[in-house]
Amino acid sequence: MKTLKKRLVTSWQLYVLVLPAVIYIALFAYKPMYGILIAFKNFSIRKGVWGSAWVGFDNFKRLFNSYWFPVIMKNTLTLSALSLVLGFPTPIILALLLNEVKSIKFKNAVQTVSYAPHFISTVVMCGMLTLFLSPSTGVINKIIELFGGEAIFFLQEANLFKWVYELSNVWQGVGWSSIIYFAALSSVDKGLLEAAEIDGATRMQRIWHINLPEIVPTIVTMFILKCGQILSIGYEKVYLLQTDANISGSEIISTYVYKVGLEQADFSFSTATGLFNTVVNCVLLITANQLSKKVTDSGLF
Amino acid sequence: MKTIRKQISGDKFFQLMVTIILTVFFIIELYPMLYVVFCSISNPDAVASGEVLLWPVGITLQGYQKVFQYRDLWIGYGNTIFYTLAGTALNLAITLPCAYAMSRKELMGRNQLMLFFMITMYVSGGLIPTYLNVKSFGLLDSRWCMVILGAISVYNMIVARTFFANSIPDEIIEAARIDGCNDFRIFGKIILPLSKAITGVLVLYYGTGHWNAYFDAMIYLDDRKKFPLQLFLREILIQSKFAEEALTDSTVSAEELAYLAELSKNADLMKYCIIIVSTVPLMFIYPKLQKFFEKGVMIGSVKG
Repeated sequence: MKTLKKRLVTSWQLYVLVLPAVIYIALFAYKPMYGILIAFKNFSIRKGVWGSAWVGFDNFKRLFNSYWFPVIMKNTLTLSALSLVLGFPTPIILALLLNEVKSIKFKNAVQTVSYAPHFISTVVMCGMLTLFLSPSTGVINKIIELFGGEAIFFLQEANLFKWVYELSNVWQGVGWSSIIYFAALSSVDKGLLEAAEIDGATRMQRIWHINLPEIVPTIVTMFILKCGQILSIGYEKVYLLQTDANISGSEIISTYVYKVGLEQADFSFSTATGLFNTVVNCVLLITANQLSKKVTDSGLF
Repeated sequence: MKTIRKQISGDKFFQLMVTIILTVFFIIELYPMLYVVFCSISNPDAVASGEVLLWPVGITLQGYQKVFQYRDLWIGYGNTIFYTLAGTALNLAITLPCAYAMSRKELMGRNQLMLFFMITMYVSGGLIPTYLNVKSFGLLDSRWCMVILGAISVYNMIVARTFFANSIPDEIIEAARIDGCNDFRIFGKIILPLSKAITGVLVLYYGTGHWNAYFDAMIYLDDRKKFPLQLFLREILIQSKFAEEALTDSTVSAEELAYLAELSKNADLMKYCIIIVSTVPLMFIYPKLQKFFEKGVMIGSVKG
């Protein structure tokens, strides 16, 4: 007991150092959580969170029965699935390929250029897409016409939205996301690679049996994190790329939350939708983690 | 002997394939950015008709001249610089001390504190409760809201904590303590000077975030004088506001139709220039910090 007290006394300054962060998190992350209550209420600003009347699960029932619910679920899941299939493996492949390059100059050039798009803001990225995909003046349609095709109204087609969204995401993020795998590859034992070479293993075999297993823990960690975000895809970009014509392919849970909440001021309903999203995310994260513990013996927590 | 020769030629083929794939990749990554640069200095007619593909055509700086006269953009630029500098400074002032303290074993209950921080990575109040919370602090339509919101990112704090835990030897801290240093002095005089790498990483992460953010500003700000650059960019690039305003302002005559055509042509030209003007600062800064952030990601990838 005495030592405990002593330790607390001698390290009080450490607590002062964490204090600002704790205060910020308490006021701006935990305090709003109290507001989740309004998902179960008929909230009015005048009465406040506590004073508004309880309505139980009415807002959720309304959500599940609404016209938009199947649409936003389908779109959110489609975009997530596509980002898992396209967005997840590409950085790994890039890192494995870059690792095989002998010329340092070439490697640096590829890395520097592929990181650059990461620094382009979402707004500018969507602006570029709008310009490039314009049916009359856009460069992509010019190229299609050059090869005898017909101009496509990319941003007006609900079916094409997911491809526009995800392919541009890969273009923008693949270089940046590969850094973590590239860093993990630097810890591969060089002696092992040489031994395999002497034993007659081809380059493909060396990558498959030595390099890849080395980065599997990193892949697993990244995969679990990704699973936890399945329903929370970047609404900032989706919101900017939405047009009236593509809305049936582009409305997702989070953009719906924004529109219902801040544009139509249906606070309770919007919060209920957001809460549903959070709950599903947590369930997915925990499931992915348990699954990974069973299969690979490693998990996040 | 034969198998070895086969293996070597196979490896050569492999190397060739890798080079080809990466060269194609390199071009795919570079071309869209180069294309924007070409268009920004080309004759707008040439851009619209698709003549500009591999190099600029009919070089002109008209677009840039127009952009420099566009006052809103410079208001946005000034605001963004302020939000980025003040915001990043606050981020560092909160994140670094917290990360350092969290890396120390003497901090009793640090596992509980860690849980306290990490829960917020996965659970949040959501849009409306957060909005009401910001409102309750009187931060709506305030410049400070743009600085204070996101004052600490738990992910970045964990990266920094991992850095402190792994790359600063306990002995240094022990020795300083024996010499009579308290924790404040140790942090200020010993730890900070040793943390250039992680500070560089945090500046880049936080700074890019502030520079590129638009969503918070869109939700919380009303006064155009306080808008950051990205909100003006949104009006111009996504909503094509200036063309629209001209359309509603004019009763259509032949003369005005020509004027409108001219304007919308210039609008596209201006868009390309604006993309360049707004993105150039980051494009200049990041290669200088590249070494730092490659290291930083590596630090962060050691399990937090």
